[in-house]
Amino acid sequence: MTATAPTGTALPTSDVDPFSHEVLEDPLPMHAELREAGPVVHLARYDVYALARYAEVHAALVDWQQFQSAAGVGLSNFRYEEPWRPPSLLLEADPPRHDAPRRVLQKVLGPRALRRLREGWAADAEALVEEVLARGPAFDAVHSLAATFPLRVFPDAVGIPQPGRENLLPYGDHAFNAFGPDNDLVARGAPRVAELSAWVNAQCRREVLAPVGFGADIWAASDRGDITPEQAPLVVRSLLTAGVDTTVHGISAVLYAFATNPDQWQRLREEPALARVAFDEAVRWESPVQTFFRTATTDVRVGDVVIPEGRKILMFLAAANRDPRRWSDPDRFDLSRDPSGHVGFGMGIHQCAGQHVARLEAEAILTALARRVRTIELDGPTVRHHNNTLRAWESIPVRVRVD
Amino acid sequence: MVATTPLVPAEATEAATLRVTAKQRQADDVLTLELASPSGGRLRDWTPGSHVDLVLPNGLTRQYSLCGDRWDPHTYRVGVLLEPGSRGGSRYVHEHLQVGDLVGVGGPRNNFPLVPSEEYLFVAGGIGITPILPMLRQAELLGAEWRLLYGGRRRGSMAFLDELAPYGERVVVRPEDEYGLLDLAGFLGAPREGARVYACGPSPLLAALERACADWPPYTLRTERFVAEEGGTPVRTAPFEVELARTGTTLTVTPDVSVLEALNRIGVEVLSSCRRGVCGTCETTVLAGRPDHRDALLDDDERDANDCMYVCVSRSRDERLVLDL
Ligand code: HEM
Ligand code: FES
Repeated sequence: MTATAPTGTALPTSDVDPFSHEVLEDPLPMHAELREAGPVVHLARYDVYALARYAEVHAALVDWQQFQSAAGVGLSNFRYEEPWRPPSLLLEADPPRHDAPRRVLQKVLGPRALRRLREGWAADAEALVEEVLARGPAFDAVHSLAATFPLRVFPDAVGIPQPGRENLLPYGDHAFNAFGPDNDLVARGAPRVAELSAWVNAQCRREVLAPVGFGADIWAASDRGDITPEQAPLVVRSLLTAGVDTTVHGISAVLYAFATNPDQWQRLREEPALARVAFDEAVRWESPVQTFFRTATTDVRVGDVVIPEGRKILMFLAAANRDPRRWSDPDRFDLSRDPSGHVGFGMGIHQCAGQHVARLEAEAILTALARRVRTIELDGPTVRHHNNTLRAWESIPVRVRVD
Repeated sequence: MVATTPLVPAEATEAATLRVTAKQRQADDVLTLELASPSGGRLRDWTPGSHVDLVLPNGLTRQYSLCGDRWDPHTYRVGVLLEPGSRGGSRYVHEHLQVGDLVGVGGPRNNFPLVPSEEYLFVAGGIGITPILPMLRQAELLGAEWRLLYGGRRRGSMAFLDELAPYGERVVVRPEDEYGLLDLAGFLGAPREGARVYACGPSPLLAALERACADWPPYTLRTERFVAEEGGTPVRTAPFEVELARTGTTLTVTPDVSVLEALNRIGVEVLSSCRRGVCGTCETTVLAGRPDHRDALLDDDERDANDCMYVCVSRSRDERLVLDL
């Protein structure tokens, strides 16, 4: 791969495919190359503009006026292409349509609303950690903890029934693949799309949802007229799409970070209150959500380059989160760093509506582990799971010593 | 057209203090202020119906609805009526506040959000037009049916008539000295499903609307009371103390730093993200003292509970705050 600036123009161009298996296996070298190439780089393969530095990614994220979401936050341009499903009322909407669903969801998932879940989730995390440790000191951190815990607590919090929950991860995996190009990853998910979508849509109906939970809260907002009854199921759908795979790979990321940084695990053991900081530092360091696109609403100037109206812009959140212009020693996972301001949850009006949910899940599981586990280290080769948007894991074998 | 707005560096976006960049007469006793960040950065995003708390140089805090263009991220506009008998708030704005002056800002917060609907009926009384103004453009963008009934004492006292003119017959202007009291029933028509009535104005008008909407489906009417100027305690401009209950440490927060910065300086790490009071990440439990809330998250009841604060922007009304840190 090369990133070159032809003489006489300010726009470097690169022929890299960010969605190739080679890059998905280890995107860090490409991130570094794109960051160094310039504030904006043309990706010839997809004819899109890429931002990989913190300042530009942050600026594009907050500037919803010039960088819109309603034309899709994937490669596909909804101005010309039919979306694979009815667009999200949050992620794929601009003001003014974005306002009402956002307001409702922000309240339903706000820190104050989550207080009633805290104790229960802490107890659930302790129970899961006990179960896992009882089976022995060696286990797969992805399968035993990271994929298990969110699936135990989150669907209950939303209020969906038990049967079919195994569909959540494959559905999310496909949705996040679908933000990328129409490559083999998308093709692999395609045969099950209709079946999975039908199942997910069925879970969003009022009569299916439990009387208490995020789902019921969203429907209650439609009773008050804050959103319409037609919008309510789509807002519930956004939880089921965005709220499962993200936390599974987010928790995997922080467990991998600790398994490879024993000194940091000791710090957490000494100061368990660092669990929240640790998770955000892992979200910065790994960026479970690697990329999102925007579309230029006008000819927009970035540095010396003008991105023409209507063109797609690929924002590398992950590259911004390790930009040495913003972070000192960015490749280190370091609990003494203040990770505040990372763009792993996005920034601005679309900033992750579920970030407090994700933090609460991670805090619960880390606190429970730190209470019982003296050391945690890798116990065999790790395996990545490739996804067009997510930095994901298949397997992280670990071995622990308990107190 | 090439947008010339450069991408501003992230660090330049803090917007707790704004500069008055324009002061313009709109009608008898009504003027608008335009406000911008001294650093030229983006202001916090807002939605129609939002208000900001302005902390005036004389220490008084007043709430004003935003009535500008949300597609311009660099400017807020508020409308200010000179209230008869005002001593500190609107009189200060009208007589003393100058272009170039700095004001503190809290919010924006929205207690009067525009919910999705196919038909909006807007009713504005006097200065109550300010939150309605951006809603009209929004309704246009959404392709909804809408009409506005706008009342005031005299034509000369009614602001923004020039900006309303292009909307033509959908705006019904009814000065009281020409037409008498507003004909609400005639404007609203027969009760029906699917419409939303948005009203802002003096209490008698809102009470009349509540009666007029009694037979409409629930949640049809949404109102914002135009709050008359109350005494209001001046906000604290002097330094205050923050005690950290878990460690017993006490620190002093001077006007030039945020509580978050002050905590960070002594090595107390509180996770933050947006640093502008919109994301909720820096929520901190308050054990004693009354915070001066400047965030865009808490509603009025939550603010009055005084049990938590967003330390990236909020400050203290009392000499001492005790935080659960
Ligand atoms: C570690 C876990 C997570 C990560 C890294 C993450 C990341 C993100 C990012 C980067 C965005 C911004 C998208 C954009 O700007 O276009 C976003 C938006 C969103 N996230 Fe998350 N997320 C996580 C967990 C969750 C959870 C648990 C939920 C649900 C409970 C959730 C729901 C949403 C929703 C609804 C949006 C769209 C918000 C809007 O457009 O207004 N996320 N997330
Ligand atoms: S950091 Fe976002 S509210 Fe304080």
